[in-house]
Amino acid sequence: MKNLLRCVGKRWGTAAVFAVLMTVVATAAYAGGTLRVATMGEPASLDPHKVSGTWENAIVGDMYIGLTTENPKAEPVPGVAESWTISEDGKTYTFKLRECVWSDGTPMTAHDFVYSMQRILLPETAAEYASLLYIIQGAEALNSGKAEADTLAVKAIDDRTLEIKLTGPAPYFLALLTHYTAYPVPKHVIDKVGKEWTKPENMVVNGPYKLVEWIPNTHVKLTKNDKYWDAGSVALDNLTFYTQEDRAAVQKRFRAGEIDVATDFASDQIDWLRKNMPEETRIAPYMGVYYYPINSSVEPFTDARVRNALSMAVNREAIVDKVLKTGELAAYSFVPPGVAFYENPAEVEWKDVPFADRQKKAKELLAEAGFGPDNPLSFTLRYNTSENHKRVAVAVVSMWKAIGVKAELFNSEVKVHYADLKQGDFQVARAGWIADYNDAQNFLYLLESRTGANNYGRYANPEFDQLMLDAEVTSDLAKRSEMMRKAESLAMADQPVIPIYHYVSKNLVAKNVVGFEDNPQDIHRWRYVSLK
Amino acid sequence: MFAYAVRRLLSAIPTLLVIITIAFFMMRLAPGGPFDREKQLPPEIEANILRAYNLDKPIHEQYLDYLKNIVRGDFGPSYKYLDFTVTDLIMTGFPVSLRLGLYAILIAVVFGVTAGTIAALKQNSTFDYMVMTFAMTGIVIPNFVMAPLLALVFGVYLSLLPVAGWGDGAFKYQILPVITLALPQIAYISRLTRGSMVEVMNSNFIRTARAKGLAEKIVVVRHALRGGLLPVVSYLGPATAAVITGSVVIESIFDVPGIGRYFVNGALNRDYPVVMGVVIFYAVLIIMLNLVVDLIYGFLDPRVKVE
Repeated sequence: MKNLLRCVGKRWGTAAVFAVLMTVVATAAYAGGTLRVATMGEPASLDPHKVSGTWENAIVGDMYIGLTTENPKAEPVPGVAESWTISEDGKTYTFKLRECVWSDGTPMTAHDFVYSMQRILLPETAAEYASLLYIIQGAEALNSGKAEADTLAVKAIDDRTLEIKLTGPAPYFLALLTHYTAYPVPKHVIDKVGKEWTKPENMVVNGPYKLVEWIPNTHVKLTKNDKYWDAGSVALDNLTFYTQEDRAAVQKRFRAGEIDVATDFASDQIDWLRKNMPEETRIAPYMGVYYYPINSSVEPFTDARVRNALSMAVNREAIVDKVLKTGELAAYSFVPPGVAFYENPAEVEWKDVPFADRQKKAKELLAEAGFGPDNPLSFTLRYNTSENHKRVAVAVVSMWKAIGVKAELFNSEVKVHYADLKQGDFQVARAGWIADYNDAQNFLYLLESRTGANNYGRYANPEFDQLMLDAEVTSDLAKRSEMMRKAESLAMADQPVIPIYHYVSKNLVAKNVVGFEDNPQDIHRWRYVSLK
Repeated sequence: MFAYAVRRLLSAIPTLLVIITIAFFMMRLAPGGPFDREKQLPPEIEANILRAYNLDKPIHEQYLDYLKNIVRGDFGPSYKYLDFTVTDLIMTGFPVSLRLGLYAILIAVVFGVTAGTIAALKQNSTFDYMVMTFAMTGIVIPNFVMAPLLALVFGVYLSLLPVAGWGDGAFKYQILPVITLALPQIAYISRLTRGSMVEVMNSNFIRTARAKGLAEKIVVVRHALRGGLLPVVSYLGPATAAVITGSVVIESIFDVPGIGRYFVNGALNRDYPVVMGVVIFYAVLIIMLNLVVDLIYGFLDPRVKVE
């Protein structure tokens, strides 16, 4: 526990200094103006309990602020909670809330958080992301309709003190509280207008910006909320989010100066962008993994030698350097580098073996498993329709051909692809995962046998499962990360998944935008940004 | 004529019912559901969501419920745009698509008919070849090439017009989408007009009109055009329906908040209520526009009697 506090303390110390500096710079020099941001798509909702995408997070994250919130580097800093204490066993958090109000002037209290956490977990809310809060005692039972709302271990001790009890010590809990699933929503408004509460005339917020206008499939406009407790340090007066999905069109708008920040750009544009807009093109490591799950429940993929052979034969450097060219990192571990409290993810043992030797070894493994020139391994590689997925799949299949493996390509639209993966109806397939919170557990749980559908390949290793269970109840950070690393190295030896590359975030940021910091979660709060 | 229109509209009801039924079950037959995605939902959450949208009921009950709801005018919620109902989406999107579509059709008719008529009258002249070359080009260049090209030239290079966006719906935001929508229609209409005008100009009643000593202008405008426009009019019915219901390509490239994208995206997202809503909407529009075309036919062609 001490470790955690020290670690968090240190991070927050620098963060606080930084935030203050940012604020001074922002307000002193360049206050005011409208920032125009192109998000990756239309928000499904502006109700934080109903959203599930990064593009929605980019909007609601400046309308609502949870107990903790992100700094410009996306690290957790105090939000509505100004301070807290954590019990010795790491399972009870007691938050002291600051004095603040909703945008309509109604005071905010601890009861707002009790209401909000109950609301997202109630089965009738049908919140897609509710499971993120299952770490709270009673959350899972409430969400599956087995318990009443008041059994949830989120209690208001008084108006400004909130207590939350967890099922285990989760060092990522403070980071998790920055997530939109943990945002407060205004009970007094929802009780009055029901579903209509996200309409501009009704919507009440507690963050720096409030809703002015939302025209589906074109834009969302926000304006500064003067009642926000730190309104003085918010530079921009207005935010306009364009929800256009077509990246080529967005890039043209950016070139024409109609957009200041464009999240994500088409990979095939990278050469042009590097040449013509090197300063505006921002590429940074991103907390996600692009991988091929192998269905370990069907022959011959039940054999770890076959899985390893397939993985060894994939030349990741060729894929990132020649096929993608956007700075992605070749992946030899499942967890990407740079995850909090988890230095040096466990990589495959053969990472440093020269590629030619790896190919030789792969052939040997296949021969041991009974495959050779007379009896080649043949199967289908599935991917969801997309130009990039196709390019990677074609490259991988030709790499497999070099070791005598015949793989056929099969593509289907995204809904069909994932419905079939859920059913286990595949041999080898394309998948990707972007972390919900900054913790190795958020990646490794995909390989636990209890995970269900998201463990596409049905990997089941009792030793791996046990290590993950042990890590869940360990409060010592070093020990916990050691357990998870051990689990990951087991998985890397078994290769139930072929990690191919770790994602990068891709943004276009105009030169006059100040305070936009690249960070591994690609979360950018506009309240820290200004225009010069 | 009024009785005829009413009869036609009444006979549309069984047609609509068939369309609704086929669309409903075909949508459900498509593999994958509205909530399948990269991050799979835990089973209890999926159960909550299915229950919230009544998708946990047997399919025939869902179908009957749906029919009951649309009779009451309730087209249900969207699964993708959670804060809006299908009616909201169509009602905010359609006026935009309608406006762009009507401009485009109007421009297409004016330019297309004029160019086609002149080309027919000056058959095999340079003007004729120019118009027909332009028409061929307009038809073969797809809008997903034309739209980015126009945006690049007028938006990025010349900075005359916005590259994309809708802003407050001002005129400047509509120019490029309308041009992109109108170009292929101008092309089709001019070819249609030319073809049928060439035929009409060689027919007996035109020879009679000329023999009566009528001025060439009157022969063309009063006699020939009336017959020559018939194929254009029958083309305009479905074409208008297609154009005023928007285009997913043009809306995506110019970021226009119309309803065109719901046709395609609704299907890709398995957003059942949105798909059903736009299918019904489109069907009703086509039925109405075909009726209008038939009524105009009766007016233009003395051989057709609306009875």
